[in-house]
Amino acid sequence: MQLITTLLAVTLGAGTSLLYATLGEIYTERAGILNLGVEGMMMMGALSAFTVSFYTGSLILAIVVAMLIGGAMALIHAFLCITMRANQVVSGLSITLFGTGLASYLGQRLGPASNGKNLVGMTASSFTDYSIPFLEDIPILSAFFNQDILTYALFLIVPIAWIYMYKTRSGLTLRAVGEDPRTAAAMGISVSKVRYIYTVIGGMLVGLGGAHLTLGYTPGWSENVTGGRGWIVIALVIFAGWNPGRAIFGAVLFGGINAIQFRLQAAGTVIPASFLNMAPYIVTVIVLTVMTLLGRKKRGKFSPPAALGTSFSIEDK
Amino acid sequence: MGKETQKKTQDNVILRMSGITKRFPGVTANNHVDLSLNAGEILALLGENGAGKSSLMNVLAGLYRPDEGSIFIRGEQVQIHSPQDSMRLGIGMIHQEFMLVETMTVAENIILGMKDLPFIPLMQEVRNKITELSERYGLKVNPDKYIYELSVGEQQRVEILKLVYQGADILILDEPTAVLTPQEARDLNTIIGMMLSEGKSAIFITHKMDEVIEFSHQVQVLRKGETVAVCKTDEVTPKDLAKMMVGREILFHLERDVYKPGEVRVHVEDVSVIDQTGRAVLEHISLDLKEGEVLGIAGVAGNGQQELSEVITGLMPVTSGYLYLDERDVTGATPLKMIKNGISHIPADRSAMGVVGDMSVADNLVMKRYRKRPMSKNGILNGSVIVKFAKKMIDVFKIATPESSTRVKFLSGGNIQKTILAREIDSCGGILIAVYPSRGLDVGATEAVRKNILKQRDNRAAVLLVSEELEELMMVSDKIAVMFEGKIMGIVDARETNIEQLGMMMAGMVKESTL
Amino acid sequence: MRMVHYKNKRIVLEKREARSGKILFIVPIISFIVSLVLGAVVLAASGANPFSTYFYMARGAFGSWVGFTETLVKAIPLILTGLGVTIAFKLRFWNIGAEGQLVFGAIGTAWVMIFWTFLPVQMLLPIALLVGMTAGALWAGIAAVLKAKWGVDETLTTLMMNYIAILFAEYLYYGPWRDPDGYGFPGTKAFPREAWLPRIAGRAHWGLVIALAAAVILWFVLYKTKWGFEIKMIGLNQRAARCQGVNIQRNIILVLLVSGALSGLAGAVEVTAVQHRLMKGIDMGYGFTAIIVAWMAQLNPFAAVLVALIMAGLLVGGDQIQMMMGLPASMGLVLQGLLLFPLLAGTIFSDYRLRVVKQEEVEQCS
Repeated sequence: MQLITTLLAVTLGAGTSLLYATLGEIYTERAGILNLGVEGMMMMGALSAFTVSFYTGSLILAIVVAMLIGGAMALIHAFLCITMRANQVVSGLSITLFGTGLASYLGQRLGPASNGKNLVGMTASSFTDYSIPFLEDIPILSAFFNQDILTYALFLIVPIAWIYMYKTRSGLTLRAVGEDPRTAAAMGISVSKVRYIYTVIGGMLVGLGGAHLTLGYTPGWSENVTGGRGWIVIALVIFAGWNPGRAIFGAVLFGGINAIQFRLQAAGTVIPASFLNMAPYIVTVIVLTVMTLLGRKKRGKFSPPAALGTSFSIEDK
Repeated sequence: MGKETQKKTQDNVILRMSGITKRFPGVTANNHVDLSLNAGEILALLGENGAGKSSLMNVLAGLYRPDEGSIFIRGEQVQIHSPQDSMRLGIGMIHQEFMLVETMTVAENIILGMKDLPFIPLMQEVRNKITELSERYGLKVNPDKYIYELSVGEQQRVEILKLVYQGADILILDEPTAVLTPQEARDLNTIIGMMLSEGKSAIFITHKMDEVIEFSHQVQVLRKGETVAVCKTDEVTPKDLAKMMVGREILFHLERDVYKPGEVRVHVEDVSVIDQTGRAVLEHISLDLKEGEVLGIAGVAGNGQQELSEVITGLMPVTSGYLYLDERDVTGATPLKMIKNGISHIPADRSAMGVVGDMSVADNLVMKRYRKRPMSKNGILNGSVIVKFAKKMIDVFKIATPESSTRVKFLSGGNIQKTILAREIDSCGGILIAVYPSRGLDVGATEAVRKNILKQRDNRAAVLLVSEELEELMMVSDKIAVMFEGKIMGIVDARETNIEQLGMMMAGMVKESTL
Repeated sequence: MRMVHYKNKRIVLEKREARSGKILFIVPIISFIVSLVLGAVVLAASGANPFSTYFYMARGAFGSWVGFTETLVKAIPLILTGLGVTIAFKLRFWNIGAEGQLVFGAIGTAWVMIFWTFLPVQMLLPIALLVGMTAGALWAGIAAVLKAKWGVDETLTTLMMNYIAILFAEYLYYGPWRDPDGYGFPGTKAFPREAWLPRIAGRAHWGLVIALAAAVILWFVLYKTKWGFEIKMIGLNQRAARCQGVNIQRNIILVLLVSGALSGLAGAVEVTAVQHRLMKGIDMGYGFTAIIVAWMAQLNPFAAVLVALIMAGLLVGGDQIQMMMGLPASMGLVLQGLLLFPLLAGTIFSDYRLRVVKQEEVEQCS
């Protein structure tokens, strides 16, 4: 019982950064923009949050900066893809290349002189877990109520994200832009503006996800702190069917695998870990295949936004 | 539309466009065009493809910004910079390709983009308003259905409802009956009529003269971006209009050899095709293509004609039935096998299926011959032979292109079609499948296409001609088969039939016994 | 009297009538300059001297014989994976799995080298290279079949398969294939010396010849053969290609087998010439850089060789400044990223031009 509760708690903690980033990428892709720069953006979010926290001790400032950085990188991607009509795959990969390189570089230059300018091994303020009185005594469910504030925030943010997408006027606009930009434009919607907005917002959430890695999950910076999570996020978006509500399952599932693997590694076995780590990727390929096959019969429930990855111009005849 | 119910209102100009000019790289779509619309009236905008009708209306709808000119609504000058400006002024446009998001419901589509809705719209209110308007105008629309579940006629009605919901007074319809059966067109007529009686007005774009006569009060003819004439519809005849539209007498008769059909080259036997969604697109189709005969396929687009052509060319598999080529069973053969067996195909959508736009004219011309000598040897292409061949074809078929290495996408529609024709006719093995070959072409190019088809027929080829223009079918075919909802309604002799008979079969009404 | 007012000046992007070849040439050069400027900003902001940094990078990568051979060592796998990605992209098949195909190729090669002891040692190398190519081909083939048969989006499948391959390699060199005499080092035992791919100059090896030969062959296939013609058709307009009888499914699979084989060959060459074993660090990110290489070279095999050299130079330069100036080697990666942004922004100008549009208003007074 205790083991399950512990595992569940760790899973939620691990899944938090994934979930933020997944929500962000869902919104971006719903607008029709494929952003493969998530890995680089999470890295930079993680780095900037840690650096700010290290030098100022302010967690709020740290996450704000992380979100701004994520948003700024997303803005570059948006500018290249929307205004300059560049290839979205190449642009996103460039952002990842740039982001991971820059994070590695700055990680070795922004540290204190006492540590050879390296940030590795430094400690900074981080998010602590708060438990909610009374609720923390419920077996198993207590795992949900013994988390840090960023995880708690998700309890609100996920439902809001879902309502926003499916029940509001703006959400309708967003979905239309991703499905059929031509029609959206004819209805007076500025497709570029919508795409810019949600790409940047998505980037901010991705940056926040990165921040949670160095400030919440495993406090501390290290090279490759994201460990390829950015790519898992891309997989999770598909797994969630581009639905903010369903994102929870994927984030929790893969967060869980991550958590279990950590425990196993601590116990000294490395071999199964590789296969366990492979699981998310294998599962995603299978899920993607199944969804593609299903999508032929039942439209809309599982398919990606029809205009994902395409560029659009009103005067294209 | 709605002509019968309308009273003539004098000098009640609700819309005036003055000096509208719109330029695109390489072409001036509208050259100082004026237009005037009275309240409660229908104006037909007549012209061939490329005359500037859609472009002019797109300016009005806020999709294009004119380079010069001004627009006046009810006497006041207005600026239209976006579709929303246009809607706010009460102008609504229905395009040929519907602007509907397929994976959303009717209600969602109708409120898409509306500004004066609460942040969280109350969908029940929306549904109620939709139902009320739907009943008022006889539109019969269900707010909760997804667009992909609706038929084309129903989708058009959703588009109309969309405009009415948002308060449009001036309706612009772009080729509205292109996708409707004659019955549905008459229903549309009634619907518009009800709107006119409330003081709304309409402009409809068309290239069909008979529609102009039947449905409008005034007609404005455009040619090559300029206004040629504005007349009251009861004061002109179709022949006058045709002449104005085209600038010269239309050839109504084409020269051809005596009709003497020969061997059966292609035999379609009881073919049915069911698509992925379970819909029957072809049902028990049987027909023959004979040497020296043009078999025309008539019908409103979307009734299985394109699928039929794709079955014969090997692009679409059959669910049941057989296909025979020169008495050999080729059911399920690949497109390559069909090509090797002598089938030439002029596809429905020339840019999407007929050519590779980013490849050169020469490359496109050689796409049927590159597999064999002299174009290639042992898998290696012979560049100089290809270029020489291309130059010859460009010459013979009079394709207007700067070089043989120019990318095909930069050619005009007519020249792209000529490229396709050149390629297919040159390598034709006696069977030609032509699908909407003169769509979107000007009169000169259209004439060239029809003459070429007849020439193939006179050379003893078996020709299948799918066309939306009944006139074209009657002019070029020897026999005409009418398709409706995936079935052949009847096969008639082209010289002995008329538009009424064909029209009725197109609407699924009468079944003639095959000759 | 007529008065003419100019209102509403706007800058618009207008489609050109024909592609501008000039632009395609100028843009990369301007982008290179812009990226150097941006990189200088990053350097200066973090307390390093841009001029000396660039000097050391250039000198390190191309200024000395040793440096140049090091650049070649890094360029070889980049060329091969770049070519692999090129042929896939020609088909508009977004193969972003070159990294995984490289790793899987390395695994296949190691398998032969370590376990096929029944072979005479002279045959080990060629067979190992062939098996490596096959392994890479098969790895790419999986995603190709999923796309060809069922239409499963290839961007995501190839991406995921990278990590499956990388983790599988990890399992092997940490686990059953680990060198028992290696003191726990994560890697296999060294391959037999006689089976190593020999060097030519410095650490640069025969892989260079293989890579250049591959470039020539690929160029020939793409531009001079029937198959290349078909690949072009499918990539530019799949529907039209189908109408002309081209077999789409078969070609997707064939092309991807070749693509994977090239990346697999890169992996094979790396382990037989440089590392001489399968070990941690086999995934160096070349597979992703390859995508950039292919795209920057505009899918031209010869240009890909040149671009690969430049990218390799940036990496070697990065190592240099780490040694000489204590700056992190990742500066090389940063510059690679920075090079791309102006390039991505610039290529639009080959299809569109900027134009200032004025909207006139003519008023008449009477």
